[in-house]
Amino acid sequence: MRDKLPLALLIIMGLLGFSDRFIPHPVWRTLNELLRNKMLILISVFALVLGLGNLLIHHVNRIKKRGTYWQHSVTLIASFVLVSIIGLLGGPNGNLWMPTQIGSFQFDIMTIYMKGLVALQSTMFALLAFYMASAAYRSFRARSTLAVLLLVSAFVVMLGQVPIGEALHAKMPVISQWIMRVPNTASKRGVDLGITLGALATMLKILTGVERSWMGGGK
Amino acid sequence: MNRSGLLWLIGLGLAIGLALSPPPASAQTAGPPGDAAPETAAADSTMLAAPPLWAAPSDVAAKDTPWDDGSSITVTWSAAPGASRYRIERAEPGGPFAEVGSAVATLTHYNDETVAPDAEFVYRVVALGPAGEEGASTPTAPVASEAQWFNGWLTLVLIALIAFIAVILYFIRKARSGEHLFIRRIAGLEAVDEAVGRATEMGRAVLYVPGVGDIQYLSTIASLNVLGEIAKKTAEYGTALRVPCANPVVYTVAREVVQGAHAAAGRPDTYDADSVYFLTEYALSYAAAVQGIMVRERPATNFLLGYFAGESLILAETGASTGAIQIAGTDATAQLPFFVVACDYTLIGEEMYAASAYISREPLSVGALKGQDVGKVVLILTLIVGTILSFAGVDFVRILETAPR
Repeated sequence: MRDKLPLALLIIMGLLGFSDRFIPHPVWRTLNELLRNKMLILISVFALVLGLGNLLIHHVNRIKKRGTYWQHSVTLIASFVLVSIIGLLGGPNGNLWMPTQIGSFQFDIMTIYMKGLVALQSTMFALLAFYMASAAYRSFRARSTLAVLLLVSAFVVMLGQVPIGEALHAKMPVISQWIMRVPNTASKRGVDLGITLGALATMLKILTGVERSWMGGGK
Repeated sequence: MNRSGLLWLIGLGLAIGLALSPPPASAQTAGPPGDAAPETAAADSTMLAAPPLWAAPSDVAAKDTPWDDGSSITVTWSAAPGASRYRIERAEPGGPFAEVGSAVATLTHYNDETVAPDAEFVYRVVALGPAGEEGASTPTAPVASEAQWFNGWLTLVLIALIAFIAVILYFIRKARSGEHLFIRRIAGLEAVDEAVGRATEMGRAVLYVPGVGDIQYLSTIASLNVLGEIAKKTAEYGTALRVPCANPVVYTVAREVVQGAHAAAGRPDTYDADSVYFLTEYALSYAAAVQGIMVRERPATNFLLGYFAGESLILAETGASTGAIQIAGTDATAQLPFFVVACDYTLIGEEMYAASAYISREPLSVGALKGQDVGKVVLILTLIVGTILSFAGVDFVRILETAPR
């Protein structure tokens, strides 16, 4: 029963998802929306509680064990508690019971989010430029025929996008566009077709119960 | 009255008659004459403005858009010569017309996607001249949209799907009967044993990153299947495993998978509940946290399998800088080049979906994998035939699209 019930539910939900494309009737679509998407939101809420619980337990354990860099865990738990208090008592825009402004210093949850988290995430995203440079250096070392091909085509594509490319050779933008439109698109479509077949095979393996590692097996 | 007096009287009568009679239709229209008389009977707002007239579109027809959810009616017409665009108007039978949309001069059809199923409407198409002249067609017969239980446009897709499913089921059955099935070599998956073995020898952990997609992504599901096989190997070798998750549902399933893998490997006691943990749902924050794990704990092997977005390069480059063996795979094609340059092995496209079967060598999974390969061969052959036909001037895709259903 422990295996059969989840598998039966999975088959029902899987077939519902599969039929969504082929049955356009609003009655079917509404049923689908209710059983799959609304249920998933419900499950996600419970899972989020589990996830947050796990996050706290994981870091409390690290502090207890005085694991490596346990101080980071203290920072995390302190931030978690502080932000939770501000969010729960101060409200999303600081309009609930707790005051979220001292003089000109504002610390409501939206301010923390916009001026703290978003700024930090932008910093992370900006780091991508440096990682791209190091990855380009790594891939452009012409150690094999394939690497040379990559280097030459990347060079042509880059030159084709900037005015200096056209100044060097009038056909540069055309060649650049051709590389992007023909070999690049062709290989991308090839990969996409393979992905579709792979996804279908995986779906079938799960629906037929061939693949059931997702059910776990522990006590 | 003499003869000249009679002629004078006839001439005067004709002159008065011509002066009092309405001008002919051709004299009223500023545009080219049309064969359809302008619609003037409908009592609607366009009558009040009384713009100059234009030739009206002919053969206007409205019908229920086939194989849809009942929210669309298709209106078609024959072009009115010289019209600069068309205005499509709708009314309940007997009611006033109101505009529902417009079409450029080159179009002769319009899909009204704002109707409710089973409600009756009549349509007319108004041709608009360059200076705002109007020529309204005669209204169509009442038409209602009906919701369908099958999307007939996808008949060929359904047939192809059923054929593909049949091939996979055939190979699963073949594998079940004990027949040995040959599958092609995938370098990235051949290296899994070596990668886990290296971590074991170095006494370091294996880091498994299941991506930033939620559980609805098939690549996440495929990644969790691979996680099961990797976790079995780490359980057998007694190697530490770290699985940081970016989604609470994925975390819940990943925990079950790892626990189940330890049980399947006969080492349930070695399962560490702290090895699978939830970090954050924000992709870049997640990337920062995983970077930290890579730099601090220096895992010997990194698996980056699942759905990734812009953070893929951050993770792969950080992993490369720590000297770890990296095996990556994703179905996000835009991220594949990053993995190719920064990782030791990259599973491209469907190889990631093949991974769990390839690692486990479990006969039924291998059967499905074989079916997947056969499907790919059929697809390649279809593409080759289609390309040859295209060069021969036969529009293969058009024939498939317009095939009778």
